[in-house]
Amino acid sequence: MSAPLVIFFILAALAVIGAVSLILQKHPIHSALSLIVVMVALAGLYLLMGSEFVAAVQIIVYGGAIMVLFVFVIMLLNAGEEERTDFSKLAKFGGLPLALALTGLLAATMTKHGASIPNPETAGVLAPTRDLSKLLFTTFVYPFELTSFLILVAIIGALVLAQREKS
Amino acid sequence: MVPTQYYLILSAILFGLGVVAFVFRRNIITIFMSIELMLNAVNLSFVAFSQSMPANHPHKLDGQLFVLFVIVVAAAEAAVGLGIIILTARNRQSLNVERVDLLKL
Repeated sequence: MSAPLVIFFILAALAVIGAVSLILQKHPIHSALSLIVVMVALAGLYLLMGSEFVAAVQIIVYGGAIMVLFVFVIMLLNAGEEERTDFSKLAKFGGLPLALALTGLLAATMTKHGASIPNPETAGVLAPTRDLSKLLFTTFVYPFELTSFLILVAIIGALVLAQREKS
Repeated sequence: MVPTQYYLILSAILFGLGVVAFVFRRNIITIFMSIELMLNAVNLSFVAFSQSMPANHPHKLDGQLFVLFVIVVAAAEAAVGLGIIILTARNRQSLNVERVDLLKL
């Protein structure tokens, strides 16, 4: 087995273990830490695919900013262990098989038809960040500007939601 | 060299686990985290498709740019969503989604 394949399997196993741990952990802070493991593993996979800019953004924005926000809110609300409530009968007996069927269907489709997708001729060629930024400011300049508007809306929305009502 | 197919299968598995977490967890914060997990799974397949294209294809880098946009939208969503979670938790004294069953308190 070649070295990239070994690295891929290690990182993939790390991501899947993190995702399973997200489901199984009872305490939300443990779930958040599991999610960070998944995100760091995915950043490693992006590096393996040669997209170093996306890997850096993944670590800084996802692993850094967004997860810090999550941990902050968990601590702010003093969230304890999850309270168990009764599943409905349908969810109890139908939920897990259906979810596994969905996962299996997706994975089976990828296995069956994914072989026709061409593989990269040269592995690990770094995608030039310069080309990426050139594209961002020429072809995709309108979506980019709309994104800044979206962030403005999000800031105002978060402020309005977070302020206490005057009583 | 890793076949593109492997990345897509991993992406499908992560997405399925995100759906399972979304359906089975009761804590509103954990449910929100499972949405982020699903977004991450989709990002992985975007980058995988991007790298599977030939080196001088004019649209080779588009997939990676979509990932950047998805991350920006996810960040905005997290800011607003966590604001809503704080508000709900304050008003109902509970983070359990099954306790949030009244339109008006």
